[in-house]
Amino acid sequence: MNLFWPIEILAKFITATILRIPADTFLNEVVTYFIYDVIKIYLLLIIIIFTVSWLRTFLPPEKIRTILSTKNQYVGNVLAALFGIITPFCTCSAIPLFLGFLQAQIPLGVTFSFLVASPMINEVALVMLLGLFGWSVALVYILSGLVIAIISGIIIGRLKLESLVADFAKNNPLPGNLIMNSMSRSERLIYAKDYTKNIFKKIWFYVLLGVAVGAFIHGYVPADFLAKYAGADKWYAVPLAVLIGIPLYANAAGVIPLVSALTEKGIALGTTLAFMMAVTGLSLPEFLILKKVMKTKLLIIFFSIVGAGIIFTGYLFNLILK
Amino acid sequence: MADQQAKIQIYGTGCPTCQKLHESADRAVAQLGLDIEVEYITDLKKIMAAGLMSLPAIVINGKMVSGGLVPDLKKIKALIDQNIKS
Repeated sequence: MNLFWPIEILAKFITATILRIPADTFLNEVVTYFIYDVIKIYLLLIIIIFTVSWLRTFLPPEKIRTILSTKNQYVGNVLAALFGIITPFCTCSAIPLFLGFLQAQIPLGVTFSFLVASPMINEVALVMLLGLFGWSVALVYILSGLVIAIISGIIIGRLKLESLVADFAKNNPLPGNLIMNSMSRSERLIYAKDYTKNIFKKIWFYVLLGVAVGAFIHGYVPADFLAKYAGADKWYAVPLAVLIGIPLYANAAGVIPLVSALTEKGIALGTTLAFMMAVTGLSLPEFLILKKVMKTKLLIIFFSIVGAGIIFTGYLFNLILK
Repeated sequence: MADQQAKIQIYGTGCPTCQKLHESADRAVAQLGLDIEVEYITDLKKIMAAGLMSLPAIVINGKMVSGGLVPDLKKIKALIDQNIKS
C-alpha cells in the first residue's frame, strides 16, 4: 500500500479543486504528479535529515575517530563505512577529516572506506531515492554503497599506498585534548533543527526544478523512448552513465528526479543506480580538495577502484533485474 | 574584567562557508558589545593540533561549542553569551 496516500489525495484536491484543471486530462495528471512528488519529498527531507542530524550529535567525527583508532583493519573498514552514512560530506571538512584520521593512526584503507561512504550515502540522495523509487531501491543503494566502500578501503589498505599521502599529512603530533560541548537533549534537537533548515534552504529549489522537469518527462515523453539507447542490453550504458555523473555532485537533489523520470522511459535500473552513485560518490570537488593532501597517483587509484565498483554494481543489477 | 580574558576562535579551511561563520562571529561580538577579537584560524597544522574535524567550528575558551555548520546570528550570540564566562 502506498504510505503516502494522504498526500496523493491532497495533490489531487489541489490540482482539481484549487487549480481547476479538468480531470482526465494530461495536464491534470502531470500537475498532480508534480505536486504529489514535491510535497512528499519535502516531507521526507525534513523527517530524515532531522533524524540523521540528531543521530549525528551522538557521533561527531571526533568521536568516530576515537572509536576507529582502536579497531583492527577489517572491523575498521566496516565501521568506517557505516559511520560514513551519518557523516555528511562537506568540502570544508574533507581535509581535516582525512588528516585527523591519519593523525590518530587509523589505517589508510579504513580512512578511505569512510571517505567513500560519507559522500556516496548521504541523506539527501537517500530521501530522493526513497521518495521517487521506493524502499527497495533506496535499500539496494545503501547496501551497494556500503559494500563498495568496505571493499575499496580493504583494497587500498592492501596496496600499501601510505607513501602517496602528502608529506605534511604524515607525522602530525597527536591531537590536543579538545573539550567537546556536551549537548543536552534540547541542544541536540536544536542542532538537528538548524541543520535541517540549512540543508532545506540549500536544496528546496533544485528539488522543485528537478521534479518539474521530471513531471514533464513523465507526462510528455513516450514510454520506452530511451530503451533503444540505454536499455539493459546496451553494454556502454553503465560506463557512460558513470562518466556523465561525475561532474554533477552539487545537484544531486535536482538530478535524481530527472533520473527517476528517465528510468520510466527505458533506462535500466542498474544503469540508474550506477549513475546516482557516480553523482554522489565520484565528485569532482572532492577530487580537487583531496589533491591537496595526497599525490595524484593515490587519488587516481582511489577513483578507479570506486569507479570500477560502481560500474560493476550497475551491470550486476541490470543482470539481476532483467 | 572576565570578558577580556575570553578567547573566541573560528576554525575553518578558508572555504566560503567558513568565512561566513567568521563574519557572523565578528558581528555577534560587536552586537553583544564585547571587546574581544575573534581569531580566525585556517592553518591546517593548528586545526589538526586542536584535534578538530567538523569544520567550520567555534571554539570558546578552548571548548568546541559548535561544529560542522554555520548557526544563525542569534544562535552564535547565545553561544558566546553562554560560554564566555566559564
